[in-house]
Amino acid sequence: MAPTLLGVVLLVFVLFNWVGGDPAYILAGKMSDAASIENIRRQLGVDQPWYVQLGIFLKQIATFDFGQSWATGEAVSDIITSRLGPSLTVLVPLTVLETVLGIALALAVAFVRGSLTDRAVMLACTVGMSISILVYIIVFQYWLAYKAGLFPVQGWGAGLLENLRFAALPILIGLAVSLAPTLRLYRSFVLDEVGQDYVRTARAKGLPERRVMWVHVLRNAAIPIITHVMASLPAMLIGAFLLERFFGIPGIGREVILAVERSDFPVIKAITVYVAVATMVFNLLTDLLYQAVDPRVQLK
Amino acid sequence: MHAIHDSAGLWTLAWRRLRGDRVAMAALAVVAAFLLLLAASASGIVAADWEEEVAVNYAPPAFVAAPAAPAAPGTAIAGGTAPGAPPANEFDPLAGDLRELRATLGQAVAEPAAERAPSLPFGADKWGHDIIKKTIKGGETSVVVGLAAAALAVGLGTLFGAFSGFYGGVVDDFFNWFYSVFTSIPSILMILTVAAVLQQKGVLTIVLILGLTGWTGPYRLIRAEYIKHKAREYVMAADAIGASAWRKMFSHIFPNVSHVALVQVSILVVGFIKAEVILSFLGFGVPVGVVSWGSMLNEAQNELILGKWWQLAAAASAMAVLVTAFSLFADALRDALDPKVK
Repeated sequence: MAPTLLGVVLLVFVLFNWVGGDPAYILAGKMSDAASIENIRRQLGVDQPWYVQLGIFLKQIATFDFGQSWATGEAVSDIITSRLGPSLTVLVPLTVLETVLGIALALAVAFVRGSLTDRAVMLACTVGMSISILVYIIVFQYWLAYKAGLFPVQGWGAGLLENLRFAALPILIGLAVSLAPTLRLYRSFVLDEVGQDYVRTARAKGLPERRVMWVHVLRNAAIPIITHVMASLPAMLIGAFLLERFFGIPGIGREVILAVERSDFPVIKAITVYVAVATMVFNLLTDLLYQAVDPRVQLK
Repeated sequence: MHAIHDSAGLWTLAWRRLRGDRVAMAALAVVAAFLLLLAASASGIVAADWEEEVAVNYAPPAFVAAPAAPAAPGTAIAGGTAPGAPPANEFDPLAGDLRELRATLGQAVAEPAAERAPSLPFGADKWGHDIIKKTIKGGETSVVVGLAAAALAVGLGTLFGAFSGFYGGVVDDFFNWFYSVFTSIPSILMILTVAAVLQQKGVLTIVLILGLTGWTGPYRLIRAEYIKHKAREYVMAADAIGASAWRKMFSHIFPNVSHVALVQVSILVVGFIKAEVILSFLGFGVPVGVVSWGSMLNEAQNELILGKWWQLAAAASAMAVLVTAFSLFADALRDALDPKVK
């Protein structure tokens, strides 16, 4: 884990300090003179040799203090902590619904594998996956919120209940977009297990098919499913950026887009490093969960 | 007596399996039709004149046009010059130049406006561009980006994977470290970060962003193939006749793993077309003046509120058809080239 983290830090450092050009020119804006650029360079520490700058960056990561946003002057740590809540309000229900529905549908489809229903559902999934998420958002927002008035078009409030009302349509759209690939993937996990000997044994001893699927097969298919859910969690924090942008939800994803639009490097740097850390922590958690699900797995 | 019949090779067998699959052949036909159309548009045979303003602003498609024909084309909003020009400023340093320009451009601008069509087969956008031609032109950009970026990503992945799998040891450790660094940052965040840093728009920039961040998937698969193949007898035979490491890697082993690379290209193209559309939609993709499906969706988002749905429908359905066909074909290709997976 440590070498990977060091690698991420180095990658971000190289991207922003060498590829990105001189940040003083971005900060000083169009009307700048040599003196003010020199001033900004000194403030940012860009005039120091590279190892001093790397030291500054490492210290920022260790102390969770990335300074202030270049665009708004807000402290970067405050930005991240205040944007986390809205993101989670959308992501937690979305992930739970997606996983539960995905597993239930995958088992149901695997139950009738090879039939016309199975093939029709799989074809529908492929077609559904081919439509851009943008189209889902634009059309659903227009028809369900703007025309039919079933949901608020966009906005965000203060209380959790109020926010869940705003989050309902984004969650619905997220579900519509993510269910197709999830179903296809989980179906293949389930089908890998259906051919195994233990399934035949379970059937041979007279268990009903429902029990074979929901207890025997599901327990074994759970390992790749857990890997998938856990691995996609940190990515989803960013992945919901289109939903957050369209529905005006002040989450992490929208913050990334805003930061890229405004060249707000400290915010992007901080989010990249922390999301990478989150990814690694979740990978570790996945390994621990394996042990709980499958007693045969031993961690060394 | 000579043995007449050659035994069929991998590609012949794969083609035979593919031909037996009706869904795959239909998908291949659709993909081929798209690619032909886009090649024609790239070489200027069709849709070269998409930027001509041939119809009135937001001209509706012909099949819904009949009832509400708009008033005289000249009165349409945003038709060019605003009705009430501001009073002349005598200190305006550009006034002289502008007057000169207006005089020379005057006739040229005024003329085509007169003969603008009230409706088109699939409508027109804000400026009166033909939507069908615009969709073809936009598709050209999106597909070229998808193909070029996928080729770059798979090229990089193959190169890294070959070195990593063939040499093993420290080289393998280094590339694995590199791989774990790249995969610990979610790809969309990586793409946005690179877009923020590069600060310039352009088709080449998107290709580089997508290609340089997308090599991890092919790398993992190609590396596994090279580890498997380097211990085989034909590689030992090549070693015995004194073939160099480079030659063993790329002229002996690579043809035997090239089907993995091909399948990866076809899978990545689909993902990259989708990614380009999102990047261009957000404004980090193609520059102003270049049309892609993403920039069309960006315009369509505001048009929908005005009830002008045709640009959205054209871009969305063209993309959905191509991507569906491409992914069905990619699935069939994987099954045909790697029958074990089934």
